[in-house]
Amino acid sequence: MSGASFERGYNALKEQIDAPVAAFLSSCVHCGMCAEACLFFTETRDPKYTPIHKVAPLHKVWKQEYTFWGKLGKALGLSKPLTDQDLTDWETLVYDSCTMCGRCSMVCPVGNDIAYMIRKTREGMAAAGHAPEGLIGAARRSVTIGSPMGVKLPALQAQIRHMEKEFDIKIPVDVEGADYLCMLSSMEIMNFPEYIGSIARIFKQAGVSWTLSSEAFEATNSGIQIGVSDIAAVLVQRIVDAAEKLKVKAVISPECGHAYMAIRWEGPNLVGKQFGFKVVHILEVLDELRAEGKLKVRDKETQKLTYHDPCQIARRGGVLEQPRNLLNMVAENFVEMPGAGKMNWCCGAGGGVSSNERADELRLKTFARKKAQLDAINPDAVVSACSNCRIHLEEGLEEYHMDIPLLSLTETIAEHLIEK
Amino acid sequence: MTEAEFLLWVRGPAFNAALFIMLAGIVVRFVEILFLGRKTNLAQARGSEVAGGFYTTWRRMIPDADSFIRSGFTIIAGYVFHIGLFVVIFLFVPHILVFERALGVSWGGLPSNIVDATTVVTIVALVAVLLHRIKDPVLRMLSNASDYLVWLVTILPLITGWMAFNRVGLSGPMLIGIHILSVELLMILFPFTKLSHAFTLFLARWYNGAIAGYKGVRS
Repeated sequence: MSGASFERGYNALKEQIDAPVAAFLSSCVHCGMCAEACLFFTETRDPKYTPIHKVAPLHKVWKQEYTFWGKLGKALGLSKPLTDQDLTDWETLVYDSCTMCGRCSMVCPVGNDIAYMIRKTREGMAAAGHAPEGLIGAARRSVTIGSPMGVKLPALQAQIRHMEKEFDIKIPVDVEGADYLCMLSSMEIMNFPEYIGSIARIFKQAGVSWTLSSEAFEATNSGIQIGVSDIAAVLVQRIVDAAEKLKVKAVISPECGHAYMAIRWEGPNLVGKQFGFKVVHILEVLDELRAEGKLKVRDKETQKLTYHDPCQIARRGGVLEQPRNLLNMVAENFVEMPGAGKMNWCCGAGGGVSSNERADELRLKTFARKKAQLDAINPDAVVSACSNCRIHLEEGLEEYHMDIPLLSLTETIAEHLIEK
Repeated sequence: MTEAEFLLWVRGPAFNAALFIMLAGIVVRFVEILFLGRKTNLAQARGSEVAGGFYTTWRRMIPDADSFIRSGFTIIAGYVFHIGLFVVIFLFVPHILVFERALGVSWGGLPSNIVDATTVVTIVALVAVLLHRIKDPVLRMLSNASDYLVWLVTILPLITGWMAFNRVGLSGPMLIGIHILSVELLMILFPFTKLSHAFTLFLARWYNGAIAGYKGVRS
């Protein structure tokens, strides 16, 4: 972000264009179906929120740099080149009104992965100095302090002591040779420390060898939200270093959507090498334990529960069956929302939108989509597996005067565990 | 230029030129896209890119249920004019003869009166699509001059073809000549406008499906 300039932004956009982008932009027929797949459009009916429109800067660069007629038009001065003003005008579209949830990418009839292109457009926007303040701050804190929320090790240590006392359990830190290195999000450390206690209780019962790291505990990655791969790589490298130092077999991504995207799918590509360890989401670990018969619950939740699929874990991450298996194990009355699973509607706060204060009003307005989904089934509680979804769902439910508690799936399982 | 000379020209040199531009254009577009390449994915795969690619390539023919409710008009009108174009272009006996001369292969056609009716339905669908584009706020915002030009060059061969078949207005050879000329215009613009989606969508769907398939998601 230092040394940002339009030229750097333009070059970043140019570098981001690959064969998939060119295929996507060549195929768009301007049918507008992506608009109806986007909650920013469906809840506002404002055409500017049409997903494909949000990647117009990338489209312009592709056309003028990588197509015959575009290059000719540019050389003859027939087409207007991309300007810094274009990027200024597009900033709110690219950052405030897109959570990179990828629902549009599922409905496009010609197959365009629009979320893939938004991610790339953000690289250019950030390099040109057009990223929102909130995300710049979060990214800066992640690099200098180690957490987007400014959480330092002593805060984690205090929460560990608190959880150890509350559940009379030992929480391992920096244990070399453990099977799993468990990562956290700042949100969990500050707002939901019970997650740490729950993991400890479940893993104790299942006999899992695990550890936290004092050098790398933050799994969230502001770099991929803001679109600065250099920062994203620094944050991923910290986890890689800790995992290698502790010689773990696998790293567990926490209940956080984009953290999973960052470490599981983008991570190796960001640091430029394959990992020597596996990356798994906590739900994958829990479901594996369930399948092996290592998770024993004493009773089931009787309330009517539903599950909110975090976009980066489900649609963009591929963890779809596991939460359902787990909920059926722990809940008597598990009901799906209409459209649940890979077509689930985003909560409205992912992809850095929740870190961007400018988007607060819009984010709460678009929550009406989630409200409609919930109204269809009237659950007693909503379970999810992403702290960011959870915080925003709580805020949204309050805004819309809906009295529905939010639960973490991991914590729900821990509460019904037969403790040794 | 007499009528006969005009017809000879559109069927000969003009057609060959249009065919060359179209085929060369398609090659250029494929090269432009594929030469950009794609980085190797270093993350450990959960699923298959190939299976995902194939899946999405065919699956996007059928919209998901929610899209059907939300974008019903676009989907139904889209189906109608695409199927209509297919029938008119590939199942009209005189067209099959053209393909046979050029490619050496032939197939069965539909009775002319059915193709004639299909042409009218397709024209009506395209007019409806245009009105929708002008009226709908999202489509109006997305549309540029090229969208309207593409609409025009798509409907012209249908109109001229229908006129030629039904002998409306001008003499037979003149109508056929104008019809062929309108097809040539379509052929020339085909690779360089959004009409190219007819061949690039296979790449787009493939990449979409492969990206998702790698992560174990069927898109």
